[in-house]
Amino acid sequence: MGKIVGLNGDEAVAYAAKQSSVDVVAAYPITPQTIMVEKFNEFVADGDVHTEFVCVESEHSAMSASVGASLTGARVFTASASQGLALMHEILYLASSMRCPIVMGIANRALSAPINIFADHSDMMGSRDCGWIQVYTEDAQEAYDWIIQAFKIAEDPDILLPITVNLDGFTISHSTQDVNMLDDKDVKKFLPEKKIEYLLDPEKPMTVGAGNNPDYYYELKMQQVEAMNKVPQVVKRVNDEFKNFSGRKYGIVDTYEIKDAEVGVMALGSVTGTAISIAEEMRMAGNKVGVIKPWFYRPFPSNEILTSLKNLDVLAVIDRAISFGAPFGPLCNDIMALLQNEEIDLEVFNVITGLGGRDITPNMTRSIFEKALEVQKEKKVKKPIIYLGVRS
Amino acid sequence: MMSKFPTYKEVPIAGNIYDPGKLVYKTGDWRTFKPVIDHEKCIKCYICWLYCPEPSIDRTKDGGVEINYEQCKGCGICAAECPVKCIEMVKG
Repeated sequence: MGKIVGLNGDEAVAYAAKQSSVDVVAAYPITPQTIMVEKFNEFVADGDVHTEFVCVESEHSAMSASVGASLTGARVFTASASQGLALMHEILYLASSMRCPIVMGIANRALSAPINIFADHSDMMGSRDCGWIQVYTEDAQEAYDWIIQAFKIAEDPDILLPITVNLDGFTISHSTQDVNMLDDKDVKKFLPEKKIEYLLDPEKPMTVGAGNNPDYYYELKMQQVEAMNKVPQVVKRVNDEFKNFSGRKYGIVDTYEIKDAEVGVMALGSVTGTAISIAEEMRMAGNKVGVIKPWFYRPFPSNEILTSLKNLDVLAVIDRAISFGAPFGPLCNDIMALLQNEEIDLEVFNVITGLGGRDITPNMTRSIFEKALEVQKEKKVKKPIIYLGVRS
Repeated sequence: MMSKFPTYKEVPIAGNIYDPGKLVYKTGDWRTFKPVIDHEKCIKCYICWLYCPEPSIDRTKDGGVEINYEQCKGCGICAAECPVKCIEMVKG
């Protein structure tokens, strides 16, 4: 079953989209996402897929075309990063509020200025509240697996929301890794071709996206809240079904040795791989440490995170983005809000690091665990935010 | 005050309107001036029907046009575009 292939993260995403029988791809190239759509374009040129590839003149148009295609009932994939995602920003809200189950691969990259093409999470965090489901992945395998599952989650009649699958630029997008690719027929069985329902049909005209005044707008937002709240139960069902044929187990949140851990590190994306390897090493030296890796950032996996951190004394939250002027980085803000009403005796501090592609090295990651162990000993956080790795 | 409106569970998903042309909002009361057609002078060219930014001008069975005053916001484009100047904007 399946085969192991050397692919970088972007190629893995392209292959996943290919196997997901995508009807329309509308995209514009941007580093470090470009390989996703470039590779996909090869499939189109070679006649390997039935997909209509729309070459557009900007990301704003890419998302607009994706929304239009999705409203006809087509299965739509697109990809972007950084400035491209920022240019899509206003249309991202249309995709989610018009309930278009579009799947987008994002090779996370810093935002200008100064121009920088390397990894951090500023792009996705900048569009955090756009109403899309947001998944973060640790490696190419996860990116591949989540793209395939993302279509099934997005298209569930209870959900009908778009999804971004995030992979750190270059660190994942351009690094060749072993990817266990599934058989086409297995993916097709799991995710059959999308039934075109012709939501927009000339024979049955309808109005979408009509103006709504104060008397209706709020109700439509509430529909989105309800759909978002249903995501965890649908994800569980999709994960179970995926595991049955792939053997790979996913969830809302992944953890490493968290059950008896006293000190934990939480992060999104590729740095979790480094954190797990350091945690392994520190466990061997007798430290009770663990790692919490939320696969989902939106909807925020409150219950799963609370369950995983309830026995911890100290939690270090790594953010690969700054929320300028906010109390903490974006992920840590959410953690603090989550803990507000919980009677959990937990010391939390925030580590902001890895901006603009600056490496988060094993030594830096080790220093985060060591700092957390120090806080555990002192029973008090002295510095709530550590800007790790900046020359100062 | 809002109770006469449907709940979020009753509103069609994403606010889709499955019966286009049917007025959800009556926007006629936004108006200060309304277009009044002099049917004697009207040459039935449908320029007003074409230019109306809303579907507020309907074509009638007898080949003429009529204003939907429940929807017309009184923008005056029809009066400005009418080639025979048979549409007058009057208060109301």
